[in-house]
Amino acid sequence: MSLGPYASFIVTSYTLVAAIVLILIIWIAIDYRRQKERLRELEASGVTRRSGRQATDI
Amino acid sequence: MTLIDLANPTKFLSLTARVLPWLAGATAILLLIGFYQAAMAPDDYQHGAVVKIMFIHVPNAWLSMFVWSVMSLAALGTLVWRHPLADVAAKAAAPIGAAFTFLALVTGSLWGRPMWGTYWQWDARLTSVLVLFLMYLGLMALWRAVDDPSRAARAAAVLTLVGALNLPIIKFSVDWWNTLHQPASVLRMGGPTLDKAFLIPLLVMAVGFSLLFVTLHLAAMRNEILRRRVRSLQMMQASQQAA
Repeated sequence: MSLGPYASFIVTSYTLVAAIVLILIIWIAIDYRRQKERLRELEASGVTRRSGRQATDI
Repeated sequence: MTLIDLANPTKFLSLTARVLPWLAGATAILLLIGFYQAAMAPDDYQHGAVVKIMFIHVPNAWLSMFVWSVMSLAALGTLVWRHPLADVAAKAAAPIGAAFTFLALVTGSLWGRPMWGTYWQWDARLTSVLVLFLMYLGLMALWRAVDDPSRAARAAAVLTLVGALNLPIIKFSVDWWNTLHQPASVLRMGGPTLDKAFLIPLLVMAVGFSLLFVTLHLAAMRNEILRRRVRSLQMMQASQQAA
């Protein structure tokens, strides 16, 4: 597979898309862990949901 | 599970926990097939190998408008039906839509330099997509600027519906004005003008990126619901401490 004289434009485009998608995935995963951690801390401090279920229940 | 059940955040969370692994797997498989087909696609007689940028530029450009359409429906859900998950959906979609719009602009620019001889031209299509990107950023700033989620939701919903006026301008800009950007070659009256060798990988990539959006959106909505649960528990904690 030859990418011709403009290979750098093609490679940069694909690399950028992969990088941004990866950043989105990592950001959402970190955010999820952060929210679960905060809920665990709140539960440990004695705060409970009105329904009586655990704060981290899904 | 009926649609009305999904108005309950806890039931929605349980649904996302079940479907997210399947969606993520299907997305990964489709995108891998799409990237392989894109790599194997022949060179175009005019664009040469640079046509490979189309397979990522076009799905991102479609999604930039599709995500705003989803947010507009959610805005109606907030303002008209007061659906409890509507503003969660809108808020969660905005950063993902902004990312797709950014990628559409940059990959378009990288495609334009070898084909048009310039990275940027203030023509109707490019400028209207840049306006869409700025609207995404404005909406994200608005969500951050207002503390109360329900007040922020109403203001954001109005802004989203006003911003939706830009979608037909983007779509038809290449027909209404004389632009450097080429006219539609897939979603057009009379059917696609693309050869199957390009059309099939493009459609596979479009479905793959759409599934990627659905997966990321559901995951981001789940995070937003948990963030609101944290907020309400923190408020309960504060009121218990004050009493």
